[in-house]
Amino acid sequence: MTKNFNIIIKGVGGQGIVTLVAIIDHAAFLDGFDVRSSELHGLSQREGSVEAHVKFGKKIYSPLVYKGQADLIIGQELLEGLRSVDLGGAQTKFLINTFFSPFIGSIKEQEILSELNKLPKDKLILVPASKTCQEKLGKEVVSSIYLLGYAVGKKLIPLKKEAVLRAINNVIPEKYLELNIGAFKLGHD
Amino acid sequence: MKKILLGNDAIIKAALVSGVSFVSGYPGCPAAEIGDEFGKIAEKNGVYAEWSTNEKVALEASIGASFSGLKSLVNMKSFGINVCSDSLLPLAYTGTRAGMVIVVADDPSCWSSAQTEQDSRAYAYLSHIPMLEPADPQECYDFTKLAFEISEKFNTPVILRTTTRVNHQKMLVDFEEAEKSGDKQFKKGEFVKNPKQFCTMPPRVLEMKKELLEKIEKIKYFAENSPINKLTGSSALAKFGIITSGVAHLHALEILEQMDLKVPILKLGFFSPLPEQKIKKFIKGFKKVLIIEELDGYVEREVRAFAKEANPKIQILGKDVLPATGELDSGKIGLALAKITGKKFKLSNVDASIKNPPRRYPKLCQGCPHLYTIAALKRIAPDAIFGGDIGCYMIAGYPPHNTQDFEFAMGAGLGISHGVSKSTNQKVITLMGDGTFFHAGIPALINTVYNKSKPLLIVLDNRITAMTGHQNNPGMGKTLMGKDSEELQVADIAKACGVKNVKVLDPSNIQELDATIKEYLAKDEVSVIVCKLICALLARRQAEAKK
Repeated sequence: MTKNFNIIIKGVGGQGIVTLVAIIDHAAFLDGFDVRSSELHGLSQREGSVEAHVKFGKKIYSPLVYKGQADLIIGQELLEGLRSVDLGGAQTKFLINTFFSPFIGSIKEQEILSELNKLPKDKLILVPASKTCQEKLGKEVVSSIYLLGYAVGKKLIPLKKEAVLRAINNVIPEKYLELNIGAFKLGHD
Repeated sequence: MKKILLGNDAIIKAALVSGVSFVSGYPGCPAAEIGDEFGKIAEKNGVYAEWSTNEKVALEASIGASFSGLKSLVNMKSFGINVCSDSLLPLAYTGTRAGMVIVVADDPSCWSSAQTEQDSRAYAYLSHIPMLEPADPQECYDFTKLAFEISEKFNTPVILRTTTRVNHQKMLVDFEEAEKSGDKQFKKGEFVKNPKQFCTMPPRVLEMKKELLEKIEKIKYFAENSPINKLTGSSALAKFGIITSGVAHLHALEILEQMDLKVPILKLGFFSPLPEQKIKKFIKGFKKVLIIEELDGYVEREVRAFAKEANPKIQILGKDVLPATGELDSGKIGLALAKITGKKFKLSNVDASIKNPPRRYPKLCQGCPHLYTIAALKRIAPDAIFGGDIGCYMIAGYPPHNTQDFEFAMGAGLGISHGVSKSTNQKVITLMGDGTFFHAGIPALINTVYNKSKPLLIVLDNRITAMTGHQNNPGMGKTLMGKDSEELQVADIAKACGVKNVKVLDPSNIQELDATIKEYLAKDEVSVIVCKLICALLARRQAEAKK
């Protein structure tokens, strides 16, 4: 990897964004990269829009990914995925969970999809992460880890599978470990 | 050792290794994790930690500890320093005995803040207290340690001013782990009487001010020679230089490299006192200097003053090319640099025809007890004036509720309601949480009784300080360290303040809630309803923990 890798994660408060950031941070560190990230706590917990930034590479200065610089944007929710388009640039790939959490004044699912489909075909990857996790694991809440597994498996993110699994082991409490590893593998394979 | 740490965690590690024994604060984003974490680890480390009733009391608690010979750490968000400022200013006059560091966390872009987009650096001017500005978790660690050293050396409190992108930034930090004291007893100090130092009364107070100004001169000399004000970047015969502070320094480094610009940088670790000679020397040969700082242009103003002597012809750029509102990032700095240097820089974007969706407002959680009360207000008193306050219930001001007509600062809803009630014949209803009631609501309530106004105060007692991440408060019977304590009753306090109409009810009992609001709104004096029902998130978590 010659260039730094920039990720923006966008979702709705309560979707486990802080955990996802911790895992990517740790995996990047295990793969020998310099890493910095930035997350938000507080008001964002109340099902507002949340955003985190993770950057890794040879040398990282700023913890923020500025407009147009993301290599990968992970949308944990459909509408937040659409909102994230504004942050992307020509090279940005969008990996978006088809889970939809509407709110009063929100636009319709079909409209969101038709807007998203204006993105170049090779840049948009829609994945039913929440649906799959609910069906196969009985828990929707690990959809972020599923998305991470998907990103690693499809080489959308230059991290090794082993490093991410070790990071999950380090970050996730024992009690939820099996579930999270299950979600990662489900997304990966 | 090296580990990936959050800025707040790095502050904690440094405080422990510096020998902190006493920690006090009031929870607020983005600083709340400092107190939260101390609540978990204090006992193991022989440290005492508390959530105080408000930031003023928190500061005073640590002043007492410092006067008793214990090193202390005070933690709060931006607005906390407004609350504690009344005691902060005399503290500069008395100075400290044992080391004392005050963490004040600003929130550029107001990610987790109502009120204002405050730049707390101005308090350094007002208070004459030294202030350091870290840019990342490593500096959080290094600067907290240095702050304790400065505090001990000069007997002054030191403010560590952070921002959201510093407190909530993560990176690999090189740090030392403090040795655990192993004994569960927290260290006791001894108060040695010294009224000459600790009493700020006239005529002594003017002598104290003189001593303070002399002390500041010594600290200026220290700051002048401190390696945390450092020269970096390329310097060969440059005609243009950059001065940076805080996290903006990191954005600047990134964008300069990307734009392939070789520019010398003076990175300021001290905000106050500023290294005047170092700045003067830095700007001497330049035609232009750009000051990259977030929010207000304080450093810029100082540099303008220094330049009059050092380099009167220099062009000073700052807030004219960079925004004073919102946090900075490398892109915004890139645009400014493009203007200054003529180098091409453009923010890339995708298909501009793709619509950005409408804003997603935060909402009250599923099952939130506040929902009952807000719904009742819309049913019973849709035409009333609604005073809001700081807490989850300020979400009442967002659609679809729209039941908030003013919202200011902790406890201010009731203070303003008193004024509206006195000034009009309109019905005024104020919402206030339990945490806010203890923090700053009580003096306002006494004022309504004493000066005879008639707002209806509804205290939303959800049995916790929820907004900032579920911190214990005086209404819960538990301290930060999990010790049992007196469970203060909002209703008892209201009665003791002289309120005659006080009722505690469960807001899910809709009929009683509606009837009480109706009854109390008709009263010709102040009334208090305490809507007591546990926070839905907390209830779910407690149920989960029991499993």
